[in-house]
Amino acid sequence: MANQNTCQIAVTNRQQVFKVPKGELLLMAMEKVNQHAIRVGCRGGGCGLCKVKVLQGDYQTKRMSKAHISEEEAALGFALACRLTPLSDLELESDHFQLKKQQIQQAI
Amino acid sequence: MRKGVMRPGHVQIRVLDLDEAVKHYVELIGLIETGRDNQGRVYLKGWTEVDKYSVILREADEPGMDFMGFKCVDEATLDTLAADVRELGIEVKEIPAGDLPDCGRRMQFVAPTGHTFELYATKEQTGKWGISDVNPEAWPRGLKGMKATRFDHCLLYGDDLEGNLKLFETLGFGLAEQVLDPEGNKAALFLTASMKEHDIAFIKHEEKNKFHHASFYLDTWEDVLRAADLITMTNTSLDIGPTRHGLTHGQTIYFFDPSGNRSEVFCGGSYFYPDHKTITWKVEELGKAIFYHTRELNERFLTALT
Ligand code: FES
Ligand SMILES: [Fe+2]
Repeated sequence: MANQNTCQIAVTNRQQVFKVPKGELLLMAMEKVNQHAIRVGCRGGGCGLCKVKVLQGDYQTKRMSKAHISEEEAALGFALACRLTPLSDLELESDHFQLKKQQIQQAI
Repeated sequence: MRKGVMRPGHVQIRVLDLDEAVKHYVELIGLIETGRDNQGRVYLKGWTEVDKYSVILREADEPGMDFMGFKCVDEATLDTLAADVRELGIEVKEIPAGDLPDCGRRMQFVAPTGHTFELYATKEQTGKWGISDVNPEAWPRGLKGMKATRFDHCLLYGDDLEGNLKLFETLGFGLAEQVLDPEGNKAALFLTASMKEHDIAFIKHEEKNKFHHASFYLDTWEDVLRAADLITMTNTSLDIGPTRHGLTHGQTIYFFDPSGNRSEVFCGGSYFYPDHKTITWKVEELGKAIFYHTRELNERFLTALT
C-alpha cells in the first residue's frame, strides 16, 4: 500500500526502485536517500544531466532550460529531475541527456 | 595589456528566475546591486571594482552566458583591435554607446568557439563601494555573504581552441597555462591580459558556446572555507571543494546558481609576466591539473554546463 508521505520512484532503464518524501524535488530527494539512478549535475534546471522521461504518474515542474526540454518534449513527459516534484508514485527512464547535435554538426 | 586590453570588464549571465538569481549573487556571493534597466536586467559589482557594474543578470528560458566584455585602455584601442580581429576573418559589430547603460560603444564579435566577446573602453566609474578614494578605510561595513571582491574570470567550453588562441593572441593576451593531449593538441587554454594567471580560460568540448563558470575573487583561504560554510547554511547546490587547482594553483570552491550556472570563488594563484614560459599540463594528468588534492575529475566538471 502506498505510504501517504512518500512516493515510490521506479527507474526502469536502471532497474532501481526507491522512495522519496512527498513534496520534495526528485533529484535532491534521491541524493538524500543515497540513490544514484539519475545523473546529478547543477541541480538547477540548467545543465540537462538529470533529464528523465516520465512513463507513468503525476508530477509538477518548475521552469526548466529550453535548451534541454522543449515544449513538445515536456508534453511527452520529458523533464529535468531537479525541477520535478512527484505528486504520486512515478515510473520513469533516466539517462536522456544528450549533447546538442545541431551544434556538433556546426562544429565539424 | 600588450595591446591595450586591461581586464575582464563584464559578463552577462542568463537565469531562469531573476529574484532567485539576485539572491544568489547578492546575498550569497556578496556582490552589490548597482542598477536595473527597462528590460529588467540587474547590474552588479564586487565591492573593490571601480566601474559601475561587472555582472549583468538577464532572465531567459535557457541559462548560460550571453557575452563577456573586456575593458581596454582607451577608445582608439577599440578601433585598432577591431581592425586586427577583422583581419582574422571574424566579423566585428560596433554597438553604440548607451546600449548597455553607462557604457561606451562596444566592439562585439563571435569567437571560433561560438562565444560572444566584446571590447569597450568607457564605463561610468562609481569607485570602490563603501570606501572613499581619499584615505580609504580597509574595507566597507555591510558586505554580505562571501563578500566577493571582484568578478575575476570565466571558464568556457568550446570546440575550436586553436582558433581562439589565435584570436586572443591577436588581442595581446598571453598563454599562461595550457593542457596538451599526447598528439600535442590543445585541450585547455588559460589566457591573460594582465599579471593574473588567467582572465579567460577555455576547455575543449564538442559543442560550441558552453558556459562553465564565472569566478569571483576572495582574499584568503579562510574566506574560501567560510564560503563553503555559507553554501551549506543556504542549502546551495555544491559542485566540489574547497580544494586547490593544479592549473593556476588557485584555492577554490565551485557551486551552482539557482538556474544551474556554475559559480566559483577562489583565492591565490600564480602570476604571469609576458616573458614567462607557458606552463604545460598533460591531459593524462588532467585530474591533478583540475583538482590537485583528489587528483581525479568529478564527472560533473566536464559535463555540467549551461
Ligand atoms: S542537474 Fe542540471 S538540469 Fe538537473
Ligand atoms: Fe575559475
